[in-house]
Amino acid sequence: MEKPQAAVSMRNIVKTFGKGVYANRDVDLDIYHGEILSLLGENGSGKTTLMNMLSGIYYPDEGEIFINSKPVSINSPKDAYELGIGMVHQHFKLVDVLTAAENIVLGLDGALDLNKAKEKIREICARYGFEVDPDKKIYSMSVSEKQTVEIVKVLYRGADILILDEPTAVLTPQETKKLFEIMRNMKKDGKALVIITHKLAEVMEISDRVAILRQGKYVGTLITKNTSPKEMTDMMVGRKVELGIERPEPIDPKLRLRISNLSVTDAEGIQKLKNINLDIYSGEILGIAGISGCGQKELLESVAGLQKVDSGSIIYYDDDGTEKELVGMDPVKIKELGVALSFVPEDRLGMGLVGDMDLSDNMMLRSFRDGKGVFTDRKSPHERAEKIVKQLHVDTPGIETPVRKLSGGNIQKVLVGRELYLRPSVLMTAYVVRGLDINSSYTIYDLIVFQKLSGTAVIFVGEDLDVLLQISDRVCVLCDGQVNGILDGRKAEKSEVGLLMTSLAENHESVSEPAYAKTGSDPEKEGGN
Amino acid sequence: MTGFLSFIPRAVGQGIPLLFGCTGEIITEKSGNLNLGIPGVMYVGAISGVIGSFFYENSVGEGSMNAFLAIMIPVLCSLLGSFLMGMLYCFLTVTLRANQNVTGLAMTTFGVGFGNFFGGSLIKLSNLDVPTIALSKTSSYFSATLPFAKNLGWFGEIFLSYGFLAYLAIIVAVAAAMIIKKTRVGLHLRAVGESPATADAMGINVTAYKYFATVLGCMIAGLGGLYYVMDYASGVWSNDAFGDRGWLAIALVIFTIWRADIGILASILFGGLYILYLYIPTGMEHMELKELYKMIPYVVTIIVLIVTSMRNRREDQPPASLGLNYFREER
Repeated sequence: MEKPQAAVSMRNIVKTFGKGVYANRDVDLDIYHGEILSLLGENGSGKTTLMNMLSGIYYPDEGEIFINSKPVSINSPKDAYELGIGMVHQHFKLVDVLTAAENIVLGLDGALDLNKAKEKIREICARYGFEVDPDKKIYSMSVSEKQTVEIVKVLYRGADILILDEPTAVLTPQETKKLFEIMRNMKKDGKALVIITHKLAEVMEISDRVAILRQGKYVGTLITKNTSPKEMTDMMVGRKVELGIERPEPIDPKLRLRISNLSVTDAEGIQKLKNINLDIYSGEILGIAGISGCGQKELLESVAGLQKVDSGSIIYYDDDGTEKELVGMDPVKIKELGVALSFVPEDRLGMGLVGDMDLSDNMMLRSFRDGKGVFTDRKSPHERAEKIVKQLHVDTPGIETPVRKLSGGNIQKVLVGRELYLRPSVLMTAYVVRGLDINSSYTIYDLIVFQKLSGTAVIFVGEDLDVLLQISDRVCVLCDGQVNGILDGRKAEKSEVGLLMTSLAENHESVSEPAYAKTGSDPEKEGGN
Repeated sequence: MTGFLSFIPRAVGQGIPLLFGCTGEIITEKSGNLNLGIPGVMYVGAISGVIGSFFYENSVGEGSMNAFLAIMIPVLCSLLGSFLMGMLYCFLTVTLRANQNVTGLAMTTFGVGFGNFFGGSLIKLSNLDVPTIALSKTSSYFSATLPFAKNLGWFGEIFLSYGFLAYLAIIVAVAAAMIIKKTRVGLHLRAVGESPATADAMGINVTAYKYFATVLGCMIAGLGGLYYVMDYASGVWSNDAFGDRGWLAIALVIFTIWRADIGILASILFGGLYILYLYIPTGMEHMELKELYKMIPYVVTIIVLIVTSMRNRREDQPPASLGLNYFREER
């Protein structure tokens, strides 16, 4: 059989940033019509850079690009569109106050005829199974709707080569499923698709072939159905990697936090949490599952003293059994109470770190009150930053580098490192590995498990159910602001969790719980013994 | 009734410079540039026109002036002056990426000083006893109304008693509103002001749009200064007479929630507030109250700022990247 003509061929692509920093080195890649190619690699392995050269954002230093066997030169996103290449970036490029239709026609020439545009948008939607309201403003859309607009935008321009940069990172399992269906429709339609992802399960599910990059170099291409996650990981990392997460039994679990009847209403008057009852024990990891926006953020922020609470109580139990009410406290007062609470928020550079400050100043955010008189203590944060860089292998030019210049994984290491340094008795993490590559993710998991072993009560909000079920001792499933079940992490099934995430159970009592959660639930009794 | 009849045209006369300034600043801000140099630009627009017509009047003599040249020379001089101010602002903030607030404030200081310096020089040249320049002949061309307007009673008084620049201001404001709302250029301009990175990725030339909108905005605002001297003040330039109207124009931009069509009514309203103190009877014993009434437009501005900042509809917010310079390389 004759070999089909490649939609895109990249040959000997080299791209450097600055002097001698290779983002891509001698990369060869073929993309065919009617197939889905996964581009796999760790953070900083040059996947996005490579695809940015196809979409006209960067220009290669060396090498050639062929579209349908013709050599081309792509100097701008406009050139790329003209060649039928469209890329959906990880950070959406949409204007919030404009409607979907206005965003889709942005940058095109000719008279502005929105009615005609809307018609064409509806046509595209019907063809591939999208659901988009062309008149809806972007700011009132969910993440997945925004992503749909991005994909439609690319198709509107007539792209038949689509590049999706980590499209599933922000989606719920259900939304991911829908996206994959659409991708399969596009594949059937003869489009060439490239998906950049970290999630091996998704690579296995959606792609026909996997191209693997490591440190900017092309390692090889595998046929998906003939490979395994293990083989892909080994190729990606370049050595054997253990993919398991350790889950030791909790050591001497004691009640640490008791949340009772907690209700929270947000600024718009929508009830975010309804009568939450939840106990958290020292030495355990409590996983929180739920589709995005069902109250995870409010729950963590209530405990951290950042969220106004309507009613209910959050009691913190000291090692000696003293009770401390956290409701109505702010972070400063909680610290003054002697409660060592650490919070790794979802929004790293918004809530966790200050992007323009360097590593040691970011350490100081937690200790700026220390020091003599009016002067701050600058020396110990500096030492702490150095230690964290060394211990967590943070890849940074120096302690004085502004953190926003680091890659996502390294930013997260700095944040997690800072929070763990405080030896918290309660550690809360939200989407702690979002956007991180496999190696960094597992480093972070290890750190969290280590915290658990040293007796910290860990609340772990995650989106990857596989990981959540591997790391958690108990899994609390939130649905619509309510606790919809608490499962034993060792026994729970993914499908069970998925069901609880999407539909409220009639009886929201705990389905199953480990022994310590039942017997050790009364600290007063224990203190009396 | 006669009081009211004479109030409306004066309010409009006061409002037109504000309308020019407001429309210019709206176009500028839609591109994401917060040009606080508008008060200075309006001064430069005014003095440039004055310089042009001063030399034209002096070189040909009042008797042999040509109506077309008497209008075109000051208008072109004024446009040129504010064009250069706009280019300066863009060069500093777009090309060199200087801080927009600092640049704007410096340009206002510069523009006011520039106006007063050349105003003072012309006053010296004209060897008059009073510290003003009177360009009454040129002004008569600028404030000429339709010949039959006077015969139309109150209608003529309220609607037809203004020079051509006043009507131009309204046409420009309506046109700006339509272009921003309805055309592709307007859509792209809004995108640049909201999210330059997105606009850039969609192949829109961000730098060109910022330059074009800002310079055009300055030229429109500069006409406000020209209208003030040539029509409202009957061709009399005296230093600092233009006052703080430029700042009111900027405040109006917020008041109108970045919509040039609302600006038409809003600027006339503010023009009225500006002179309202003349119409509130105080009696001879309490002249000091007049000084208090002069505060009305500023008090209203503060109240409006408070009220507008409480609104939280997304469509009524300033362009999202207003005041921020755009670097393509920044992550």
